[in-house]
Amino acid sequence: MIEPASLTQDAAVDNRDAFEVGPGVEELVWARGLRKTFGDFTAVDGIDISVRRGEAFGFLGPNGAGKSSTMRMIGAVSPATEGRLRILGRDPVTDGPAIRARLGVVPQTDNLDQELTVRENLLIYGRYFGIPRAQIRARAAELLDFVQLTERADDLVEPLSGGMKRRLTIARSLINEPEMLLLDEPTTGLDPQARHALWDRLFRLKQRGVTLVLTTHYMDEAEQLCDRLVVMDKGRIAAEGSPAELIGTYSTREVLELRFPAGENEAHAGGLADLADRIEVLPDRLLLYTDDGDAAATAVVERGLHPASVLVRRSSLEDVFLRLTGRSLVD
Amino acid sequence: MSLSPPLQPTVSPGPTRAGLSSTLLARVLPMPLPSARRASLLVERNLLVYRRGWLLILSGFFEPLFYLLSIGIGIGALVGTVTTDAGVAIDYTVFVAPALMASSAMNGAVYDSTFNIFFKLKYAKLYDAVLATPLSASDVAAGETTWALMRGALYSTTFLAVMLALGLVESWWAILAIPACILIGFAFAAVGLAATSFMKSWQNFEFVQLAILPMFLFSTTFYPLSVYPEALQVVVQCTPLYHGIELVRSLVTGIVDASILGHVLYLVVMGALGLIIGSKRLATLLLK
Repeated sequence: MIEPASLTQDAAVDNRDAFEVGPGVEELVWARGLRKTFGDFTAVDGIDISVRRGEAFGFLGPNGAGKSSTMRMIGAVSPATEGRLRILGRDPVTDGPAIRARLGVVPQTDNLDQELTVRENLLIYGRYFGIPRAQIRARAAELLDFVQLTERADDLVEPLSGGMKRRLTIARSLINEPEMLLLDEPTTGLDPQARHALWDRLFRLKQRGVTLVLTTHYMDEAEQLCDRLVVMDKGRIAAEGSPAELIGTYSTREVLELRFPAGENEAHAGGLADLADRIEVLPDRLLLYTDDGDAAATAVVERGLHPASVLVRRSSLEDVFLRLTGRSLVD
Repeated sequence: MSLSPPLQPTVSPGPTRAGLSSTLLARVLPMPLPSARRASLLVERNLLVYRRGWLLILSGFFEPLFYLLSIGIGIGALVGTVTTDAGVAIDYTVFVAPALMASSAMNGAVYDSTFNIFFKLKYAKLYDAVLATPLSASDVAAGETTWALMRGALYSTTFLAVMLALGLVESWWAILAIPACILIGFAFAAVGLAATSFMKSWQNFEFVQLAILPMFLFSTTFYPLSVYPEALQVVVQCTPLYHGIELVRSLVTGIVDASILGHVLYLVVMGALGLIIGSKRLATLLLK
């Protein structure tokens, strides 16, 4: 009695995509089979995405993985070549202005208005959204305070530091009180202080219920900020889940790093393979992926081997990332 | 059980087909029309910028004025009168002044829509930021063109006032020279915008000079069309500044006939084409 019923249910779940005609109410981004090509080059190769209200969603991937192209499509400034896309429940092909009115965008490179002051940048950007002047003035003051730029309010943009420009870009993206904030590599090129200051601001926004969608190639950033993320590689989604889920699925709990004298690493790999779920040989060290790093380290010593250094660490998103996207350099 | 298969197609349009039709729609649909309210926001932005740089705006007024003083009054004293193509003998200064007014409308519009727009497009990335808001590429094109026209209107009005002060205005028709100059500005700004969208580097701007200077020198600015052999007359009559100059001259001198409608039509069509191409090109450049 029970078995046929549960079978039907499973079938229904499996066929969910086929039956799905559009996004759910709480799905702010909903993409199915989304593709973007530039001439012969395929930047995004048929991806499915769902971003729910209130979550922080990350696109992780090496350069050229298709993250920025995807972000521009979500920002309703780049038409999809193929596939179905709904942003805030609307179709960007027909409702671009209405969608953009409710989005905040932090682009990869700052495009602040160089001919205006810090405050004027916020004022005029608010005007682009059709917000009344008095309302923008009040909001601009709050936002300058939020990103700690009140003292520079009447300075031109150009002499500001990279971190300050970035903070101003974030303030600008919030002038229309967006429901969803799109951040393309928000902290690339910033010093550690500026990065942490930005993360702090983004975290506060998330607490206020703003949905965050960001791209990054920093693992610590993804682990800090994202509830859920996809790893993109060559225009496709290689994996999806929370940071912890991804580590659980694609890596072991711990990693044992062994350094032997130069040239010996390769030779030792064969004899240690049975100690780990997976072993990776790098020019300068061996990586043993295992759930119990200490036990493996002890076993190594028991076999009479004496590596120059032994390090047991927890598996990180970086291990997942490198496993999924490879170690070769991407330009 | 047997009900579910036939239900499937009606419930699910299928992702591939839906995807195809939506991109097809995007290709078939014309550019969204610019909204006057949204386009005006870009004008507001430019006003904000020039509130600090109003001297820069003023400078655009002096160039035609210097031409007027040097060529009109200086050379005018040597030439005396000239017989227009309409067969009327008029004072040389009166002949040249409206042509300089029309040329300055062209110059202002072209500089604004080429150099300034190119800088904002390629270096300041202004429009990338603007297009992330509800504004669309056609709003940007319309807004920047409007701004160029407003500057043009300011210059034309002051230039006409100077002409009036120097006793170079012969008719009440001259008031219409201001909208005529705005039309010239529109035509050239729109085409300038379209041309800029094809430019790859600052070197390409040599072509702008190459188009502007001969037009300024040969479009009946300094002498009537009858000076040319007939074949050349046809060539000159094909160029846009000729129509601008003839339009303004006929209004300022009060020698008005139906031919001004032809000049107006030429400039309207030119501006409309420029704006359509410019908006489309901006969209392909910015909305990749």
